[in-house]
Amino acid sequence: MTIRDFLMLDLPPLLAALMAGATCGLLGSFLVLRRESLVGDALSHAVLPGIVLGFAITGARSGLPMLAGAMVAGLLAVVLISVVQRAARLDPGAAIGAIFTTFFAVGLVLMETTGARSVDLDLDCVLFGQLETLVWAQAEGLHSLVDPAALEGLPRQLGLLAGVGIVVAVVVAVLWRPLKLICFDPGYAAALGMPSRALEFGLALLVAAAAVAAFESVGSILVVAMLVCPAAALRLMTDRYGAQVLGGAALGAALGGVGYALAGPVPAALGLELSLNAAGVIGTLGGLMVAAAALVRAGVTRGRQGRAAVA
Amino acid sequence: MSVAPPLSVRHLTVAYGERPAVWDVTWDAPTGLTAIVGPNGAGKSTLLKATLGLVPALSGEVRFFGRPLEEVRDRVGYLPQRASVDWDFPATALDVVCMARYPRMRWWGPVPKRHREAARAALAQVGMEGFAERQIGKLSGGQQQRVFLARALAQDADLVLMDEPFAAVDAATEQAIVTVLRDLVAKGRHVVAVHHDLGTVPDYFSNVLLINARVFAAGKVAEAFTPATIGATYGARLALLDQANVRAAEARAL
Amino acid sequence: MIAYNTAVVLLGCALLGLAAGTVGTFSLLRGRALVADAVGHAALPGVAIAALIVATLGGDPRALPPLLAGAATAGVLGVLAVQALARTGRIREDAAIAIVLSSFYALGVAILSWLQTQPGAAQAGLSKFILGQAAAMRAEDALVAASVAGICLLVCLVAFQRLRAVCFDPDFCRMQGLRVQAVDLLLLGLLVLVCVAGLQAVGLILVVALLVLPAATARLMTFRLPRMLAISALIGAVCGAAGAWVSALRPEVPTGAAVVLALAAVFTVALLLAPERGLLAQLYTHLRRRLAADTEHFLRATWEAQEAAGAGPGTAGDRWAPIAAVADARGWRIGRARWLAFWLAQRGLVARAEDHVHLTPRGAAAARRAVRAHRAVEHHLLAAGATDIASADRLADLVEHGLPPEVAARLLPEPSALPASPHVLGGKRP
Repeated sequence: MTIRDFLMLDLPPLLAALMAGATCGLLGSFLVLRRESLVGDALSHAVLPGIVLGFAITGARSGLPMLAGAMVAGLLAVVLISVVQRAARLDPGAAIGAIFTTFFAVGLVLMETTGARSVDLDLDCVLFGQLETLVWAQAEGLHSLVDPAALEGLPRQLGLLAGVGIVVAVVVAVLWRPLKLICFDPGYAAALGMPSRALEFGLALLVAAAAVAAFESVGSILVVAMLVCPAAALRLMTDRYGAQVLGGAALGAALGGVGYALAGPVPAALGLELSLNAAGVIGTLGGLMVAAAALVRAGVTRGRQGRAAVA
Repeated sequence: MSVAPPLSVRHLTVAYGERPAVWDVTWDAPTGLTAIVGPNGAGKSTLLKATLGLVPALSGEVRFFGRPLEEVRDRVGYLPQRASVDWDFPATALDVVCMARYPRMRWWGPVPKRHREAARAALAQVGMEGFAERQIGKLSGGQQQRVFLARALAQDADLVLMDEPFAAVDAATEQAIVTVLRDLVAKGRHVVAVHHDLGTVPDYFSNVLLINARVFAAGKVAEAFTPATIGATYGARLALLDQANVRAAEARAL
Repeated sequence: MIAYNTAVVLLGCALLGLAAGTVGTFSLLRGRALVADAVGHAALPGVAIAALIVATLGGDPRALPPLLAGAATAGVLGVLAVQALARTGRIREDAAIAIVLSSFYALGVAILSWLQTQPGAAQAGLSKFILGQAAAMRAEDALVAASVAGICLLVCLVAFQRLRAVCFDPDFCRMQGLRVQAVDLLLLGLLVLVCVAGLQAVGLILVVALLVLPAATARLMTFRLPRMLAISALIGAVCGAAGAWVSALRPEVPTGAAVVLALAAVFTVALLLAPERGLLAQLYTHLRRRLAADTEHFLRATWEAQEAAGAGPGTAGDRWAPIAAVADARGWRIGRARWLAFWLAQRGLVARAEDHVHLTPRGAAAARRAVRAHRAVEHHLLAAGATDIASADRLADLVEHGLPPEVAARLLPEPSALPASPHVLGGKRP
């Protein structure tokens, strides 16, 4: 494999996987700590109609209209979940199940009826992700990395991912303490006069944005794995808040990078005839990671108990 | 010169759905230590939360030191009822106490040293300085309660509202809390605490508010905390309120 | 004339909806609604591996029973994984569900992508399980799904009492010595079966809707379990068949989406229009209550305005009162008071002229009743000795509306003269 091949075929998906993993991993801890993992699941499905409409209205697969549409859809879903929950007196899980399936179904039908599917927003992308289709056709060698003309040819998904990633990182950094407080003790946050409600909506908006940005690279369903798996694995490993949140981002990025590498490049380098869907490998790894963390923790606890019994 | 009372409530009414929880309560908290006492479901916690705006009030007005809450938030501390948080949360005892000072620092970056010192001092005050770096889930129930008391102290407030501070704590913690309460008063601070143990009211508190949805008696413990007022609060409930409750229950059951 | 195949598929989907509505009701009541989401997504690797095995053994990889068996196995594994993760104590059930559904599904995606690179037809048509495609169902497939659904239905009916008891009060059941865990396991088993039966028709992403939406709709419409079961099952059956029908006519629409949209439409209608729990019913009740209260307040204020102008207690009712005085007495804006005056005039309770109102005989009677109830409560509260006059007035305002007649009668027995108001009338209310 030449440098040119790497830059052209492997660098864009690798970057996308890294950025999507880091962004989702960073936000995932807040969802897991607030016991809203399923809100992440719901949002990743519910943004679909927004994406399709944003696409259908502008007729182009450009980032911002799709992002805007998806954020509106995501916000609407969050509001509807709380309305339905209260009005129909359902438990949160049931309300989530009722709303996100409806949104997803609307998205599917819109896709058929607006003709969005026929162009290049296709169902496979929603269901399986399209990491492999990200290519940098203009790459000719290492010098392309500093060539503005060539850089312009980078897939625009990377731009969207980078933009959302930076916004998420900045917001998390600036709102570090308020976010910690509404995760730990929302009632006390309100008693201290923090704008809890606005923070909660802001968090939902960020998750929706991350879901859209990651959607094009890993698909609608595997976003959930990136959101929840790193954070959940860390819940089993650390009692430090900083380690939990920042570690989530690092673990997410690692998950994306390693997953992508295992799906294609590594087997290819070993001369194996194996090429798997990268998003699938990333999600599977995420699950394995949590399972491994759970086993290690169980082993540690048992070991400690054993020693305690001996002592 | 007349000084505004630490907490002053005018015609406060709170209802959950159609069930009235706090009815037209008008009350001025006296200085010093005050217990809010009443039977289960009498709206004690609701009254406290409504004054802080944590539950919406149907009507009424609340003043702290003669001003609306927003203007004097830093003078009002709060100790919520226990067990409303996730004890597995990745936070140390010191982290939790530092939260009290969040409104006084930037929202990002490390906790400034003086706030960290204040938090440590608050932990020391409740005898928990040795547990500062312990994850909160690894503390005993009484220790957890003391950490939250330290958080209320670290707010350095002139008035601390406490929701059942003595609920389900061990004897050592109970003593620690009592000591802290007396220290606060000695420093000229004020405490209003929801309390459920009638037996200890005269020992721990100097003033009392007896409520059962509405105010039944208020004043110095020696005067207002009598068998007659207690009997009235706990026993004879206002027939009319009962009627209203029954009707509300009927409406819900339909 | 419907083709035989279509008819069988429609019937199969209807039966599926029936079973999902029934099982879904119990799982909703037990707070397990979203476990179905994990089960559905977890089925994908099961289907893929089953197809691979069948193809390797030289069988027809499109035969439904082995695929469904694979899906069921994976679904059970998924449920076990959720429980194992939740047992760590650190990972809550919601996170466990999210982890299991996404990582199992991801495994399925990875396996599918590998199958595609292999020679042979193992992967053929597997992706239809993701979104469902009733149009591609053969009659024998529909019969398999229908019989699984039928079994679930039967089990639900047989175990009805146990399921109901556990869903209603698990702690009580445990105290009674009922094996709650066994019943829970049964419910999870039924959940897995229904999800698996629904895979081909609705697809694994949206099958959870078939279990949640009918039950949630039924819950809006009734408070009784048998009725809730019946409504939920009926909605499931009708929407299941309708979705399959749409997808038979327009094969490009995924059946799953069609079924979910039908269910969502019914749910929305119920949410808006359901008696009592519906949003419109709640709004109507709220507005009616407010209007009734306003009406009584207006009439009473009119009456008292006349008393304040000099008519003795019990004799008011024969003078014109300025609307502005009524508004002042209630603390209303003048516009609101005028609007109420207009409304009461329409109902024949007052006459209006030049910004004044005059009680009609009917209005006077109603006003007298309102004044009476209000003062009864006021005097009672004062007699109870707890509140000052102003708060008695305010409290009475809150309680008096719809005061049951027997209570009113006890507080102030008829016939007695209308008591005087304990406070000064004609003042301005803050």
